[in-house]
Amino acid sequence: MKWKPPSLSLSRFAGEGTLTISMVDEGLNLLALPRKRRRAGVGVVMVTAMALISSAHAVTPGEMLPDPAMEARARAITSELRCLVCQNQSVDDSDAALAKDLRVLVREKLKDGMSDAEVKDYVHSRYGDFVLLRPPLKLDTILLWTAPFLALLAGASAVWSASRRRRAAPVESTELTAQERARLAALGLPERQPRDSAE
Amino acid sequence: MIVEVGHYALILALALALLQFAIPFAGARLNDPALMRVARPTAISQFSFVALAYGALTYAHVVSDFSLVNVIENSHSLKPFIYKISGVWGNHEGSMLLWVLVLSLCGALIAIFSSAMPDKLRADALSVQGLLGAAFLLFILLTSNPFARVDQPPWEGRDLNPILQDPGLAIHPPLLYLGYVGFSIVFSFAAAALIGGRIDAAWARFARPWTLFAWVALTLGIAMGSYWAYYTLGWGGFWFWDPVENASLMPWIAGTALLHSAAVMEKREALKVWTIFLSILAFSLSLLGTFLVRSGVLTSVHAFASDPERGVFILGILVFFIGGALALFALRAGSLPVGGLFAPISREGALVVNNLLLSASCATVVIGTLYPLALEALTGEKISVGPPFFNTVLIPIALPLALLMPIGQMLAWKRGDLPAALARLRAAFAVGVLAAAALGARYGTPFLSIVSAGAAVYLIVGGLSDIAQRAAFRASSAGAVFTRLRGLALSAWGTSVSHAGMGLTLLGLAATGWGVENIVAMKPGDYYDVGPYKLGIEEISPRNGPNYSEIYAVMAVRSGGETIARIEPAKRFYQARKMQRSEAGVVTLGLGQVYAAIGESHEDGAIDARLYWKPFVTLIWIGALVMAFGGGLSLADRRLRIGVARRAQVAAMPEAAE
Repeated sequence: MKWKPPSLSLSRFAGEGTLTISMVDEGLNLLALPRKRRRAGVGVVMVTAMALISSAHAVTPGEMLPDPAMEARARAITSELRCLVCQNQSVDDSDAALAKDLRVLVREKLKDGMSDAEVKDYVHSRYGDFVLLRPPLKLDTILLWTAPFLALLAGASAVWSASRRRRAAPVESTELTAQERARLAALGLPERQPRDSAE
Repeated sequence: MIVEVGHYALILALALALLQFAIPFAGARLNDPALMRVARPTAISQFSFVALAYGALTYAHVVSDFSLVNVIENSHSLKPFIYKISGVWGNHEGSMLLWVLVLSLCGALIAIFSSAMPDKLRADALSVQGLLGAAFLLFILLTSNPFARVDQPPWEGRDLNPILQDPGLAIHPPLLYLGYVGFSIVFSFAAAALIGGRIDAAWARFARPWTLFAWVALTLGIAMGSYWAYYTLGWGGFWFWDPVENASLMPWIAGTALLHSAAVMEKREALKVWTIFLSILAFSLSLLGTFLVRSGVLTSVHAFASDPERGVFILGILVFFIGGALALFALRAGSLPVGGLFAPISREGALVVNNLLLSASCATVVIGTLYPLALEALTGEKISVGPPFFNTVLIPIALPLALLMPIGQMLAWKRGDLPAALARLRAAFAVGVLAAAALGARYGTPFLSIVSAGAAVYLIVGGLSDIAQRAAFRASSAGAVFTRLRGLALSAWGTSVSHAGMGLTLLGLAATGWGVENIVAMKPGDYYDVGPYKLGIEEISPRNGPNYSEIYAVMAVRSGGETIARIEPAKRFYQARKMQRSEAGVVTLGLGQVYAAIGESHEDGAIDARLYWKPFVTLIWIGALVMAFGGGLSLADRRLRIGVARRAQVAAMPEAAE
């Protein structure tokens, strides 16, 4: 097969100025590079096709509000909003153009005197559930939100029923057996010595 | 030629893996020692051939052989040498080859260090390991061949993704894979025990060192990846609850639970069924993580998602092994004998609670990661499950766990004395409260940080006070204490040190709430506040690296008018991929760090910058190192050392080695 140079195109997924490089070549289909810094960490993925262009400016000084208290509220709100064109990045962290628009929008609404909840509702009503990094509690997400407690409950009831079954079985004595006494004596240790359990 | 040798070696490795599966398995069923003995040499030679293939691919990368698609896509002749080596696993095909390399290494390790194991158990375990190897080798050869050539090679490669060109990434994937894939050993042991139908304390004694080994590697791998993200991504985040990160966290939590339940099984013959289940679960979650990352279901923007062949193949492997193991488990679990009994208030009881909380956390991470996928598949509705969700639901589970950890350590096996255990923790508790008060007074809110920091300090002191109190118990002199400290079992040290490490990490996490951020357009010469320090730009210049050009700023860190350090945050541009990447400037001051990243320049000479003061932040990773060190101490314990557990001794005198 013949290797062709990758075609360059502006991605519709990613933000302004983002290059997406894709190469399609006879079944070989390697990779788009959305501008995304996040994706980090434990990066098996990134070890692959991952690709993020990193640059260090999500919130820029120019966007910030003069009132520190209001700016802090804006940061708190935008850090719980998903950048819709990125992967798992909040509006607060993203460089994408849409994220910037949303940051500005949130700040304008705050300046108009909206409360935090009103701003969130406004964004939610425009972009739907997907924009909220904290999923709303509703019928669809009840299982999600209750999962940890259901897991704990299920585990606890399993432990409880196992211990009940066990109680029905003859209880093993916690006293030393004759064999254990003999071993202690052989080692020259008193019986009541606190146990130096090795864990 | 070398490349073809590598390719051929990979095919031979597949053949050997199939032999490693079939012959010992048949031998174990037919009770034929000669057939069972085939397991060890085939496992070792399978590893040798995979290593040969891996070496060949590395060679192609090092000499920049641009007739290979893999090298074209991920290398560049000017790339620094170390990244030519790490670039081998910086892509899908190469990282799958690394995965198989580690998998076959695990098989070889079992083969070498399993002299003490019963022949049948070893044969079955190596047979399962062989089947795993065969499945993944087939996956590579059929869907992800790293040795594919092109007719007309280009003059230059496309370079490795710049964000991966970092020393952290050179170490992180191999460690992570050792952990991930290391759990395959316990998985194979569990499957072998279920096939053979015999599960006893001796099994736990064989399985525990391998669990520890995988857990230590995974701990280090995750910590490394997190620190890499922290200094590479430009604003100091270190954990994002990204599905990819969750993929590594799930087996880590399951592995942590497994470590503890295997201890109960080994000491007390209790929790046998549960331990076997966790052994299956830990590696199943590794497989699930591989599937999520490799199939593209999560990263649908990535082009290889549109190639469903790989995803379906891995899904097949996943279903076959997880489903098979669980079916085997369901078939055999009922017939397993009930183990040792214990009172609810005992070391065993505490470890059951530990397992309960860890399992709930693990389930939460799994559900949180998969829920959006399932919901979209079922209803078409898209939701996001992000950091706010995970923080909200996991902190209420994690904090009680932290409070219970030292208590469990203080309880005796079989039947413990809770008031006495609490009394021994009075000092730790007092120190924790005092520390919370002091840190609260110094750094203030958020309240969660204060509470968590207090819990963390209590955890550190509580973890270590077990050791201290045991050494000081009725001791007459300092010399006696010292002798006692040296005499304590290394695994007891391991527990204390690991728990203290967890406390250190928790303290680092708690302190993130006290971080200071200053986003500002910096003018050279002006100084800006970041926590107790001031930062100013002394110089902004361009500079050329081997395969990039950069703009860097020299920033002075001042404390009380004195310059105490200089950092050089930079913005790099990689020509080959036309990509930008920021290089943070970081300096460690005490346990905290000053962290700076630069962005756009303005016409008036100012440059956008993010400045941070992150108190105690290094503890997050120091804690992980301490945890891993504790695991290493346990591993070094003579009692646990791989291969020491002699069958005869274990059978005749279960407690002789204590």
